[in-house]
Amino acid sequence: MAYAFDFSSVLEYRDILLAGTGRTLLLTGIGAVAGLALGIVGAVCRAWKLAPFDRLFAVYVEFIRNTPFLVQLFFIFFGLPSLGIQLDEWQAAIIAVVINLGAYTTEIVRAGVEATPRGQIEAAQSLAMTRPQIFRHIVLPPALAKVWPAVCSQVVIVMLGTSVCSQIAAEELTFAANFIQSRNFRAFETYFAVTAIYFLLALFVRNALAYAGMQLLGRRTK
Amino acid sequence: MNKRTFLKSALAVSVLAASMGYAQADALSNAEKSGVLRIAVPQDFPPFGTVGPDLKPRGYDIDVANLIGRELKLKVELIPVSSTNRIPYLTTGKADLVISSLGKNPEREKVIDFSVAYAPFFNGVFGPADAPVKVAADTAGKVIGVTRGSVEDLEFSKVAPATANIKRFEDNNATISAYLSGQVQLIATGNVVAAAVNERTKIRRLDTKFLIKNSPCYVGVNKGEAALLAKVNEVLAKLKGNGELNQVSQRWLQAPLPATL
Repeated sequence: MAYAFDFSSVLEYRDILLAGTGRTLLLTGIGAVAGLALGIVGAVCRAWKLAPFDRLFAVYVEFIRNTPFLVQLFFIFFGLPSLGIQLDEWQAAIIAVVINLGAYTTEIVRAGVEATPRGQIEAAQSLAMTRPQIFRHIVLPPALAKVWPAVCSQVVIVMLGTSVCSQIAAEELTFAANFIQSRNFRAFETYFAVTAIYFLLALFVRNALAYAGMQLLGRRTK
Repeated sequence: MNKRTFLKSALAVSVLAASMGYAQADALSNAEKSGVLRIAVPQDFPPFGTVGPDLKPRGYDIDVANLIGRELKLKVELIPVSSTNRIPYLTTGKADLVISSLGKNPEREKVIDFSVAYAPFFNGVFGPADAPVKVAADTAGKVIGVTRGSVEDLEFSKVAPATANIKRFEDNNATISAYLSGQVQLIATGNVVAAAVNERTKIRRLDTKFLIKNSPCYVGVNKGEAALLAKVNEVLAKLKGNGELNQVSQRWLQAPLPATL
Protein backbone atom coordinates (compact mmCIF):
# COMPACT_ATOMS: atom_id res chain seq x y z
CA MET A 1 0.00 0.00 0.00
CA ALA A 2 1.27 3.46 -0.91
CA TYR A 3 0.06 5.09 2.30
CA ALA A 4 2.58 5.06 5.12
CA PHE A 5 0.84 4.70 8.46
CA ASP A 6 2.22 6.69 11.32
CA PHE A 7 0.40 6.01 14.56
CA SER A 8 3.10 7.62 16.67
CA SER A 9 1.67 11.02 15.72
CA VAL A 10 -1.64 9.93 17.26
CA LEU A 11 0.00 8.38 20.29
CA GLU A 12 1.56 11.76 21.06
CA TYR A 13 -1.94 13.01 21.84
CA ARG A 14 -2.99 10.04 23.98
CA ASP A 15 -3.80 12.27 26.95
CA ILE A 16 -6.34 14.13 24.88
CA LEU A 17 -7.80 10.87 23.56
CA LEU A 18 -8.00 9.45 27.07
CA ALA A 19 -9.68 12.59 28.44
CA GLY A 20 -12.12 12.53 25.51
CA THR A 21 -12.93 8.86 26.11
CA GLY A 22 -13.54 9.55 29.79
CA ARG A 23 -15.88 12.45 29.03
CA THR A 24 -17.81 10.45 26.45
CA LEU A 25 -18.31 7.68 29.02
CA LEU A 26 -19.31 10.12 31.73
CA LEU A 27 -21.76 11.87 29.42
CA THR A 28 -23.22 8.50 28.44
CA GLY A 29 -23.42 7.37 32.08
CA ILE A 30 -25.24 10.46 33.30
CA GLY A 31 -27.42 10.45 30.21
CA ALA A 32 -28.31 6.77 30.61
CA VAL A 33 -29.28 6.98 34.30
CA ALA A 34 -31.24 10.25 34.05
CA GLY A 35 -32.66 9.37 30.64
CA LEU A 36 -33.91 5.99 31.84
CA ALA A 37 -35.45 7.58 34.93
CA LEU A 38 -37.23 10.12 32.72
CA GLY A 39 -38.29 7.30 30.43
CA ILE A 40 -39.81 5.29 33.30
CA VAL A 41 -41.79 8.31 34.49
CA GLY A 42 -42.93 8.96 30.92
CA ALA A 43 -43.84 5.30 30.39
CA VAL A 44 -46.07 5.05 33.46
CA CYS A 45 -47.75 8.38 32.64
CA ARG A 46 -48.51 7.21 29.15
CA ALA A 47 -49.37 3.58 29.92
CA TRP A 48 -51.70 4.42 32.83
CA LYS A 49 -53.03 7.56 31.15
CA LEU A 50 -52.24 9.91 34.04
CA ALA A 51 -53.77 13.18 32.81
CA PRO A 52 -52.44 15.67 31.93
CA PHE A 53 -48.96 14.14 31.92
CA ASP A 54 -49.82 11.45 29.38
CA ARG A 55 -50.57 14.11 26.77
CA LEU A 56 -47.47 16.11 27.67
CA PHE A 57 -45.26 13.08 27.34
CA ALA A 58 -46.92 12.13 24.05
CA VAL A 59 -46.06 15.55 22.60
CA TYR A 60 -42.54 15.39 24.05
CA VAL A 61 -41.89 11.92 22.65
CA GLU A 62 -43.14 12.79 19.19
CA PHE A 63 -41.22 16.05 19.14
CA ILE A 64 -37.89 14.54 20.17
CA ARG A 65 -38.16 11.39 18.10
CA ASN A 66 -38.92 13.36 14.95
CA THR A 67 -36.13 15.93 15.12
CA PRO A 68 -32.38 15.37 14.70
CA PHE A 69 -30.23 15.18 17.81
CA LEU A 70 -27.79 17.74 16.41
CA VAL A 71 -30.58 20.27 15.93
CA GLN A 72 -31.85 19.66 19.48
CA LEU A 73 -28.33 20.28 20.72
CA PHE A 74 -27.95 23.49 18.72
CA PHE A 75 -31.36 24.63 19.93
CA ILE A 76 -30.24 24.25 23.55
CA PHE A 77 -26.73 25.65 23.11
CA PHE A 78 -27.18 28.45 20.57
CA GLY A 79 -30.92 29.06 20.81
CA LEU A 80 -31.81 29.16 24.51
CA PRO A 81 -29.38 32.01 25.36
CA SER A 82 -31.75 34.26 23.38
CA LEU A 83 -34.37 33.43 26.01
CA GLY A 84 -31.88 34.19 28.77
CA ILE A 85 -31.01 30.55 29.52
CA GLN A 86 -27.26 30.30 29.30
CA LEU A 87 -25.93 26.74 29.52
CA ASP A 88 -22.31 25.83 28.96
CA GLU A 89 -21.43 23.10 26.48
CA TRP A 90 -21.51 20.26 29.05
CA GLN A 91 -24.80 21.31 30.60
CA ALA A 92 -26.25 21.58 27.11
CA ALA A 93 -24.82 18.20 26.08
CA ILE A 94 -26.11 16.43 29.21
CA ILE A 95 -29.57 17.94 28.91
CA ALA A 96 -29.74 17.08 25.21
CA VAL A 97 -28.69 13.48 25.86
CA VAL A 98 -31.13 13.05 28.76
CA ILE A 99 -34.03 14.55 26.82
CA ASN A 100 -33.23 12.49 23.75
CA LEU A 101 -32.80 9.17 25.55
CA GLY A 102 -35.81 9.95 27.75
CA ALA A 103 -38.08 10.13 24.73
CA TYR A 104 -36.95 6.81 23.29
CA THR A 105 -36.98 4.95 26.62
CA THR A 106 -40.47 6.29 27.35
CA GLU A 107 -41.71 4.30 24.38
CA ILE A 108 -39.51 1.28 25.07
CA VAL A 109 -40.48 0.99 28.74
CA ARG A 110 -44.14 1.71 27.92
CA ALA A 111 -44.17 -1.41 25.79
CA GLY A 112 -42.96 -3.37 28.81
CA VAL A 113 -45.45 -1.77 31.20
CA GLU A 114 -48.35 -2.42 28.85
CA ALA A 115 -47.31 -6.04 28.51
CA THR A 116 -47.96 -6.62 32.24
CA PRO A 117 -50.91 -9.04 32.47
CA ARG A 118 -54.04 -7.34 33.81
CA GLY A 119 -54.55 -10.20 36.28
CA GLN A 120 -51.24 -9.49 38.03
CA ILE A 121 -52.28 -5.91 38.75
CA GLU A 122 -55.72 -7.04 39.91
CA ALA A 123 -54.11 -9.60 42.17
CA ALA A 124 -51.96 -6.87 43.69
CA GLN A 125 -55.01 -4.62 44.14
CA SER A 126 -56.84 -7.45 45.93
CA LEU A 127 -53.89 -7.58 48.34
CA ALA A 128 -54.60 -3.88 49.11
CA MET A 129 -51.35 -2.63 47.57
CA THR A 130 -51.30 1.05 46.70
CA ARG A 131 -50.73 2.23 43.15
CA PRO A 132 -47.10 3.24 43.74
CA GLN A 133 -46.47 -0.09 45.45
CA ILE A 134 -48.01 -1.97 42.54
CA PHE A 135 -45.85 -0.05 40.11
CA ARG A 136 -42.68 -0.47 42.10
CA HIS A 137 -43.03 -4.16 42.93
CA ILE A 138 -45.40 -5.73 40.41
CA VAL A 139 -45.14 -3.77 37.17
CA LEU A 140 -41.71 -2.19 36.84
CA PRO A 141 -39.24 -5.06 37.40
CA PRO A 142 -40.76 -7.49 34.87
CA ALA A 143 -41.47 -4.64 32.47
CA LEU A 144 -37.84 -3.48 32.53
CA ALA A 145 -36.61 -7.06 32.29
CA LYS A 146 -38.70 -7.61 29.13
CA VAL A 147 -37.38 -4.50 27.36
CA TRP A 148 -33.86 -4.45 28.79
CA PRO A 149 -32.09 -5.49 25.55
CA ALA A 150 -33.87 -2.65 23.71
CA VAL A 151 -32.85 -0.18 26.43
CA CYS A 152 -29.22 -1.34 26.15
CA SER A 153 -29.27 -0.83 22.39
CA GLN A 154 -30.74 2.63 22.76
CA VAL A 155 -28.08 3.63 25.28
CA VAL A 156 -25.37 2.46 22.89
CA ILE A 157 -26.99 4.41 20.06
CA VAL A 158 -27.06 7.51 22.24
CA MET A 159 -23.45 6.94 23.30
CA LEU A 160 -22.38 6.89 19.65
CA GLY A 161 -24.61 9.92 19.05
CA THR A 162 -22.78 11.97 21.68
CA SER A 163 -20.11 12.40 19.00
CA VAL A 164 -22.10 15.35 17.66
CA CYS A 165 -21.52 17.19 20.96
CA SER A 166 -18.12 18.02 19.46
CA GLN A 167 -20.02 20.57 17.37
CA ILE A 168 -20.66 22.75 20.41
CA ALA A 169 -17.02 22.45 21.49
CA ALA A 170 -17.70 19.85 24.19
CA GLU A 171 -14.35 18.11 24.36
CA GLU A 172 -15.48 14.50 24.10
CA LEU A 173 -13.96 11.73 22.01
CA THR A 174 -14.90 12.99 18.56
CA PHE A 175 -13.76 16.48 19.51
CA ALA A 176 -10.44 14.95 20.55
CA ALA A 177 -10.20 13.23 17.15
CA ASN A 178 -11.01 16.42 15.25
CA PHE A 179 -8.58 18.38 17.38
CA ILE A 180 -5.72 15.91 16.93
CA GLN A 181 -6.39 15.65 13.22
CA SER A 182 -6.26 19.45 12.89
CA ARG A 183 -2.82 19.43 14.52
CA ASN A 184 -1.04 16.41 13.05
CA PHE A 185 -2.96 16.20 9.72
CA ARG A 186 -3.03 12.44 10.15
CA ALA A 187 -6.76 12.05 9.58
CA PHE A 188 -6.70 8.36 8.70
CA GLU A 189 -4.70 7.21 11.72
CA THR A 190 -6.59 9.49 14.07
CA TYR A 191 -10.05 8.35 13.00
CA PHE A 192 -8.82 4.78 12.84
CA ALA A 193 -7.81 4.99 16.48
CA VAL A 194 -11.02 6.74 17.49
CA THR A 195 -13.19 4.26 15.60
CA ALA A 196 -11.50 1.46 17.52
CA ILE A 197 -12.07 3.28 20.81
CA TYR A 198 -15.77 3.81 20.01
CA PHE A 199 -16.13 0.16 19.09
CA LEU A 200 -14.59 -0.98 22.36
CA LEU A 201 -16.65 1.56 24.29
CA ALA A 202 -19.83 0.27 22.69
CA LEU A 203 -18.95 -3.32 23.56
CA PHE A 204 -18.12 -2.25 27.10
CA VAL A 205 -21.32 -0.26 27.58
CA ARG A 206 -23.47 -3.06 26.17
CA ASN A 207 -21.90 -5.69 28.42
CA ALA A 208 -21.91 -3.47 31.47
CA LEU A 209 -25.61 -2.75 30.98
CA ALA A 210 -26.40 -6.42 30.42
CA TYR A 211 -24.55 -7.23 33.62
CA ALA A 212 -26.31 -4.46 35.52
CA GLY A 213 -29.63 -5.76 34.20
CA MET A 214 -28.89 -9.25 35.47
CA GLN A 215 -27.92 -7.94 38.88
CA LEU A 216 -30.92 -5.63 39.27
CA LEU A 217 -33.63 -7.47 37.39
CA GLY A 218 -32.54 -11.08 37.60
CA ARG A 219 -31.96 -13.64 34.92
CA ARG A 220 -35.09 -12.64 33.01
CA THR A 221 -33.14 -10.04 31.04
CA LYS A 222 -31.38 -12.66 28.94
CA MET B 1 3.02 27.43 -42.97
CA ASN B 2 1.37 29.85 -45.37
CA LYS B 3 2.35 33.44 -45.70
CA ARG B 4 -0.52 34.86 -43.68
CA THR B 5 0.00 32.80 -40.54
CA PHE B 6 3.70 33.53 -40.80
CA LEU B 7 2.94 37.25 -40.83
CA LYS B 8 0.58 36.84 -37.89
CA SER B 9 3.09 35.01 -35.78
CA ALA B 10 5.81 37.46 -36.73
CA LEU B 11 3.48 40.23 -35.62
CA ALA B 12 2.70 38.39 -32.40
CA VAL B 13 6.38 37.98 -31.65
CA SER B 14 7.12 41.62 -32.28
CA VAL B 15 4.16 42.72 -30.13
CA LEU B 16 5.38 40.42 -27.39
CA ALA B 17 8.87 41.87 -27.70
CA ALA B 18 7.43 45.37 -27.60
CA SER B 19 5.33 44.67 -24.53
CA MET B 20 8.34 43.13 -22.81
CA GLY B 21 10.11 46.33 -23.70
CA TYR B 22 7.30 48.25 -22.01
CA ALA B 23 7.78 46.30 -18.83
CA GLN B 24 11.39 47.34 -18.84
CA ALA B 25 10.42 50.91 -19.66
CA ASP B 26 8.08 53.15 -17.70
CA ALA B 27 4.54 51.98 -17.04
CA LEU B 28 3.60 55.35 -15.57
CA SER B 29 4.48 57.46 -18.62
CA ASN B 30 2.90 54.76 -20.74
CA ALA B 31 -0.35 55.01 -18.83
CA GLU B 32 -0.20 58.79 -18.96
CA LYS B 33 0.22 58.61 -22.70
CA SER B 34 -2.84 56.40 -23.16
CA GLY B 35 -4.76 58.04 -20.33
CA VAL B 36 -5.70 54.64 -18.94
CA LEU B 37 -4.41 52.90 -15.81
CA ARG B 38 -5.05 49.15 -15.87
CA ILE B 39 -5.63 47.80 -12.37
CA ALA B 40 -6.16 44.14 -11.49
CA VAL B 41 -8.88 43.74 -8.85
CA PRO B 42 -10.59 40.74 -7.22
CA GLN B 43 -14.20 39.90 -7.98
CA ASP B 44 -14.68 36.89 -5.73
CA PHE B 45 -13.34 38.06 -2.39
CA PRO B 46 -15.74 40.13 -0.32
CA PRO B 47 -15.46 42.74 1.00
CA PHE B 48 -12.35 43.53 -1.07
CA GLY B 49 -13.93 42.84 -4.42
CA THR B 50 -17.23 41.36 -5.49
CA VAL B 51 -19.70 41.85 -8.28
CA GLY B 52 -22.51 44.14 -7.17
CA PRO B 53 -26.21 43.84 -7.98
CA ASP B 54 -25.55 46.12 -10.99
CA LEU B 55 -22.99 43.53 -12.24
CA LYS B 56 -20.17 46.04 -11.70
CA PRO B 57 -17.21 45.22 -9.47
CA ARG B 58 -17.35 46.79 -6.02
CA GLY B 59 -15.42 46.58 -2.80
CA TYR B 60 -12.49 47.94 -0.83
CA ASP B 61 -9.95 47.27 -3.60
CA ILE B 62 -12.15 48.80 -6.29
CA ASP B 63 -12.61 51.96 -4.22
CA VAL B 64 -8.86 52.24 -3.71
CA ALA B 65 -8.26 51.65 -7.44
CA ASN B 66 -10.67 54.44 -8.34
CA LEU B 67 -9.13 56.80 -5.78
CA ILE B 68 -5.65 56.19 -7.18
CA GLY B 69 -6.97 56.75 -10.71
CA ARG B 70 -8.58 60.00 -9.63
CA GLU B 71 -5.39 61.24 -7.95
CA LEU B 72 -3.27 60.34 -10.98
CA LYS B 73 -5.93 61.89 -13.26
CA LEU B 74 -6.15 58.69 -15.26
CA LYS B 75 -9.13 56.63 -16.38
CA VAL B 76 -9.16 53.35 -14.50
CA GLU B 77 -9.64 50.12 -16.38
CA LEU B 78 -10.56 47.38 -13.88
CA ILE B 79 -9.30 43.92 -14.76
CA PRO B 80 -10.98 41.16 -12.76
CA VAL B 81 -8.46 38.57 -11.58
CA SER B 82 -8.45 35.59 -9.26
CA SER B 83 -6.06 35.05 -6.40
CA THR B 84 -3.97 32.60 -8.45
CA ASN B 85 -3.52 34.73 -11.58
CA ARG B 86 -3.25 38.21 -10.08
CA ILE B 87 0.58 38.28 -10.04
CA PRO B 88 0.96 36.76 -13.55
CA TYR B 89 -1.39 39.49 -14.85
CA LEU B 90 1.05 42.06 -13.51
CA THR B 91 4.31 40.39 -14.56
CA THR B 92 3.07 39.73 -18.11
CA GLY B 93 2.13 43.39 -18.50
CA LYS B 94 -1.64 42.88 -18.67
CA ALA B 95 -2.08 45.20 -15.70
CA ASP B 96 -0.12 48.18 -14.38
CA LEU B 97 -1.10 47.68 -10.75
CA VAL B 98 -2.48 44.82 -8.69
CA ILE B 99 -4.88 45.95 -5.99
CA SER B 100 -6.18 42.58 -5.01
CA SER B 101 -5.84 42.09 -1.22
CA LEU B 102 -2.26 41.12 -1.87
CA GLY B 103 -0.13 40.16 1.13
CA LYS B 104 3.63 40.54 1.22
CA ASN B 105 6.01 37.60 1.55
CA PRO B 106 9.65 36.97 0.55
CA GLU B 107 8.69 34.75 -2.43
CA ARG B 108 6.49 37.46 -3.88
CA GLU B 109 9.04 40.18 -3.15
CA LYS B 110 11.45 38.40 -5.48
CA VAL B 111 8.97 38.80 -8.35
CA ILE B 112 7.24 42.15 -7.82
CA ASP B 113 7.53 45.32 -5.74
CA PHE B 114 5.06 46.41 -3.08
CA SER B 115 3.69 49.82 -2.18
CA VAL B 116 2.99 50.89 1.37
CA ALA B 117 0.08 49.04 2.97
CA TYR B 118 -3.38 50.22 1.95
CA ALA B 119 -5.71 47.85 3.83
CA PRO B 120 -5.68 46.02 7.16
CA PHE B 121 -5.76 42.24 6.96
CA PHE B 122 -5.10 40.35 10.16
CA ASN B 123 -6.14 37.65 12.55
CA GLY B 124 -6.92 38.89 15.98
CA VAL B 125 -9.00 38.52 19.08
CA PHE B 126 -12.30 40.38 18.91
CA GLY B 127 -14.93 41.09 21.52
CA PRO B 128 -17.33 43.61 22.99
CA ALA B 129 -16.10 47.21 23.17
CA ASP B 130 -16.12 47.18 26.98
CA ALA B 131 -14.06 43.99 27.45
CA PRO B 132 -10.75 45.00 29.08
CA VAL B 133 -8.46 42.93 26.87
CA LYS B 134 -5.39 44.46 25.26
CA VAL B 135 -2.79 41.68 25.02
CA ALA B 136 -2.87 37.88 24.91
CA ALA B 137 -2.21 37.64 28.66
CA ASP B 138 -5.49 39.48 29.35
CA THR B 139 -7.45 36.49 28.06
CA ALA B 140 -6.57 34.53 31.23
CA GLY B 141 -9.75 33.08 32.73
CA LYS B 142 -11.83 34.16 29.74
CA VAL B 143 -13.76 31.97 27.33
CA ILE B 144 -12.52 32.44 23.76
CA GLY B 145 -14.14 30.86 20.73
CA VAL B 146 -12.11 29.92 17.67
CA THR B 147 -12.58 27.82 14.56
CA ARG B 148 -10.67 24.59 15.04
CA GLY B 149 -7.57 24.13 12.90
CA SER B 150 -7.66 27.69 11.51
CA VAL B 151 -4.59 29.91 11.41
CA GLU B 152 -5.93 31.87 14.39
CA ASP B 153 -6.45 28.63 16.34
CA LEU B 154 -2.85 27.52 15.79
CA GLU B 155 -1.35 30.96 16.42
CA PHE B 156 -3.53 31.92 19.38
CA SER B 157 -3.01 28.53 21.05
CA LYS B 158 0.72 29.35 21.09
CA VAL B 159 0.37 32.71 22.84
CA ALA B 160 -2.71 32.12 25.00
CA PRO B 161 -2.20 31.92 28.77
CA ALA B 162 -2.78 28.50 30.38
CA THR B 163 -6.01 29.62 32.07
CA ALA B 164 -7.59 30.93 28.88
CA ASN B 165 -10.56 28.68 28.14
CA ILE B 166 -10.37 28.11 24.38
CA LYS B 167 -13.51 26.64 22.81
CA ARG B 168 -12.86 25.21 19.37
CA PHE B 169 -15.80 25.11 17.00
CA GLU B 170 -16.28 23.32 13.72
CA ASP B 171 -16.53 26.32 11.41
CA ASN B 172 -16.69 30.12 11.39
CA ASN B 173 -20.48 30.03 11.60
CA ALA B 174 -20.49 28.08 14.82
CA THR B 175 -17.76 30.30 16.27
CA ILE B 176 -19.75 33.42 15.44
CA SER B 177 -23.01 31.91 16.74
CA ALA B 178 -21.25 31.03 19.97
CA TYR B 179 -20.17 34.65 20.32
CA LEU B 180 -23.52 36.16 19.37
CA SER B 181 -25.39 33.85 21.76
CA GLY B 182 -22.99 34.75 24.56
CA GLN B 183 -21.50 31.25 24.88
CA VAL B 184 -18.03 32.71 24.52
CA GLN B 185 -16.78 36.13 25.65
CA LEU B 186 -14.29 36.72 22.85
CA ILE B 187 -13.47 35.17 19.52
CA ALA B 188 -10.26 34.84 17.56
CA THR B 189 -10.86 35.31 13.86
CA GLY B 190 -9.95 37.37 10.82
CA ASN B 191 -10.80 41.08 10.55
CA VAL B 192 -12.74 40.38 7.35
CA VAL B 193 -14.92 37.83 9.17
CA ALA B 194 -15.44 40.29 12.02
CA ALA B 195 -16.45 42.95 9.48
CA ALA B 196 -18.99 40.59 7.93
CA VAL B 197 -20.46 39.97 11.39
CA ASN B 198 -20.62 43.66 12.23
CA GLU B 199 -22.35 44.35 8.95
CA ARG B 200 -25.21 42.00 9.86
CA THR B 201 -25.65 42.44 13.58
CA LYS B 202 -26.01 45.32 15.96
CA ILE B 203 -26.41 43.29 19.17
CA ARG B 204 -22.88 42.23 20.06
CA ARG B 205 -20.50 44.14 17.81
CA LEU B 206 -16.93 42.90 17.46
CA ASP B 207 -14.15 45.29 18.42
CA THR B 208 -10.51 44.48 17.73
CA LYS B 209 -8.77 43.61 21.00
CA PHE B 210 -5.30 42.63 19.81
CA LEU B 211 -3.64 41.20 16.71
CA ILE B 212 -2.44 37.62 16.47
CA LYS B 213 -1.02 37.63 12.97
CA ASN B 214 -0.79 40.71 10.81
CA SER B 215 -0.60 40.55 7.03
CA PRO B 216 -1.83 43.85 5.58
CA CYS B 217 -2.60 44.32 1.89
CA TYR B 218 -0.24 46.10 -0.49
CA VAL B 219 -0.49 47.38 -4.03
CA GLY B 220 1.65 45.23 -6.33
CA VAL B 221 3.85 46.95 -8.93
CA ASN B 222 6.24 45.41 -11.44
CA LYS B 223 9.94 45.37 -10.63
CA GLY B 224 11.76 48.40 -11.99
CA GLU B 225 8.72 50.69 -12.01
CA ALA B 226 10.17 53.12 -9.51
CA ALA B 227 8.26 56.11 -10.87
CA LEU B 228 4.88 54.38 -10.68
CA LEU B 229 5.64 52.94 -7.25
CA ALA B 230 6.65 56.34 -5.90
CA LYS B 231 3.48 57.89 -7.30
CA VAL B 232 1.26 55.16 -5.76
CA ASN B 233 2.97 55.56 -2.39
CA GLU B 234 2.51 59.31 -2.57
CA VAL B 235 -1.20 58.92 -3.38
CA LEU B 236 -1.73 56.36 -0.58
CA ALA B 237 0.00 58.66 1.91
CA LYS B 238 -2.30 61.48 0.83
CA LEU B 239 -5.42 59.28 1.10
CA LYS B 240 -4.39 58.23 4.59
CA GLY B 241 -3.72 61.81 5.55
CA ASN B 242 -7.01 63.27 4.33
CA GLY B 243 -9.10 60.44 5.81
CA GLU B 244 -10.41 59.13 2.52
CA LEU B 245 -8.83 55.70 3.02
CA ASN B 246 -10.37 55.63 6.48
CA GLN B 247 -13.79 56.15 4.88
CA VAL B 248 -13.16 53.21 2.57
CA SER B 249 -12.23 51.08 5.59
CA GLN B 250 -15.37 52.19 7.46
CA ARG B 251 -17.50 51.43 4.45
CA TRP B 252 -16.21 47.91 3.72
CA LEU B 253 -14.66 46.70 6.99
CA GLN B 254 -16.94 48.52 9.46
CA ALA B 255 -13.81 49.59 11.34
CA PRO B 256 -11.45 52.55 11.25
CA LEU B 257 -8.06 52.18 9.62
CA PRO B 258 -5.55 50.96 12.25
CA ALA B 259 -3.16 53.74 13.24
CA THR B 260 -0.18 51.44 12.64
CA LEU B 261 -1.03 50.82 8.99
